[in-house]
Amino acid sequence: MKSKVAITGNEAVAQAMKQINPDVVAAYPITPQTEVVQIFSSFVSNGQVDTEFVTVESEHSAMSATIGASAAGARAMTATSSQGLALMFEMVYIASSLRLPIVFPVVNRALSGPINIHCDHSDAMGIKDAGVIQLFCENAQEAYDNMIQAVRIAEHPDVLLPVSVNFDGFITSHALDVLEVLDDETVKNFVGTYQPEEYLLDAENPVSMGNFDMYDFYFEHKRQQVAAMEAAKKVIEEVGREYEAISGRKYGLIDAYKLDDAEMAVVVLNSAAGSAKGVVDELREKGLKVGVLKPRVFRPFPFEAIQDALKGVKAVAVLDRAETFSTMGGPMFADVRTALYDLKNDIKVVNYVYGLGGRDLRLEDVEKVYDDLANIIKTGRADKFVNYLGLRE
Amino acid sequence: MEKVLEVRWHARGGQGAKTAALMLAESIAEMGKYVQGFPEYGPERMGAPILAFNRISDKPIHIHSNVINPQIVIVLDATLLGPKVTAGVPEDGIYIINTTKTPQQVREILKITGGKIYTVDANQISLDTIGRVIPNTPLMGAFVKATQLIPYEEFMENMRAELNKKFKKKPEVIEGNLKAIERAYQEVKGE
Repeated sequence: MKSKVAITGNEAVAQAMKQINPDVVAAYPITPQTEVVQIFSSFVSNGQVDTEFVTVESEHSAMSATIGASAAGARAMTATSSQGLALMFEMVYIASSLRLPIVFPVVNRALSGPINIHCDHSDAMGIKDAGVIQLFCENAQEAYDNMIQAVRIAEHPDVLLPVSVNFDGFITSHALDVLEVLDDETVKNFVGTYQPEEYLLDAENPVSMGNFDMYDFYFEHKRQQVAAMEAAKKVIEEVGREYEAISGRKYGLIDAYKLDDAEMAVVVLNSAAGSAKGVVDELREKGLKVGVLKPRVFRPFPFEAIQDALKGVKAVAVLDRAETFSTMGGPMFADVRTALYDLKNDIKVVNYVYGLGGRDLRLEDVEKVYDDLANIIKTGRADKFVNYLGLRE
Repeated sequence: MEKVLEVRWHARGGQGAKTAALMLAESIAEMGKYVQGFPEYGPERMGAPILAFNRISDKPIHIHSNVINPQIVIVLDATLLGPKVTAGVPEDGIYIINTTKTPQQVREILKITGGKIYTVDANQISLDTIGRVIPNTPLMGAFVKATQLIPYEEFMENMRAELNKKFKKKPEVIEGNLKAIERAYQEVKGE
């Protein structure tokens, strides 16, 4: 059974957490994530969940406590944003190395400084190489759906990795949106009971975790993490198909919007993908062959799916809501361009950094990108491959 | 509704524009429409100018940018009347203003010839019905009347449910809020 509700992204994620009913949640509040934890803690105090809620004094402790709980054998979660994730970084890397299936929403917010509370993806990009699966969400519906699927992905025996569910601060977290939620029973059955193979409180089968690991094994353990990331791609698709059966909504590694016959494509994460789709609808009415590729999964990087979806296009613009300061463009640009390099199709790939610190991405900004792509196709030249969108210069 | 209908709220921090934008969206969503409701979060200070937005559509809404060309503008504080209120509004835009002035007087202040202007004294209405100046709920009544987008009775039913949910711990304000919406619906003047 499904029902349509009008709630904010944060409410949707708290609702998903309620239905998942994790054993332990340890979290520290930070804008714009605060509501998720605040609403969830009310479920705890009202007895609507069985969760042990641990209030901690920092995000470093939040992830540490979550790691402890997960290692002990519990289904454990935390949630954070921006500086919180930055402070958590050390423990995030440990969570993935310990192969703990922790699910944690990241409500994307710019990193300081200067201090800013609004959306960009610099927080998420800070952990892109930390061995965590990263799902991205266009709207509250996807945030809700991804939270539920994340549990199954994280806990799959071929994966056993943390999964972060990213959605845009304020734009998605604080905006009221219409979405469909599943009933409690359906979610409960879908996520199932967590039965870890190995855990610290299993007195019959003692194991140790977090050991000293020298040059004789550390390398192999890292290679195993890569193998788990590789396996995650298949698992994410399988879980997506199962989720479609209960929800009617399709989830894969990427969302290819009107790309079948497209000559120009924009690659973009999260809420901006929705705005790009709106622009594509308008331009399609004028007869332009345009499309949008929205990676739902950023880590592992679904390069095969991206190659397949973009192999027929002539020009691609990758929109990054984060800087790398490499002077070679944003983080996703580097990955997408690398993925397309081996196609040898002479696809022109350019980058636009946009929306840092919550700068609004306007529809005319996206139109300008498609305009530029049309020009690149016409002239066969892309003189500047790193550009800034909606910036005063 | 062929296109997405876009609404922009102008208010000052503390007047309840964000709450109203969200509640309006919730009530309209109850009618099976797709909605968005979101504020432009700045440094939140009581009394500082703020914006909030709605999108309303019969189909799912993809766009997530701020509203730039609203067909409907709602102003909770008449001291904000100026070029920012008319910015981006099409010729046939609708303005709903909380003021003691007449629509004709507002037209002169805004320096526009087209569009429709509705005025209502939401401050006085909220003072009479709720007991303090909180113009956000009455403005929703003016919105229903001015736009004719949703049937009044159905809107009030949904609003009652919303208010019951929102003020579970303060039930005494529910009737006052409903009365405020009803009075604004009756008293709003347009030209």
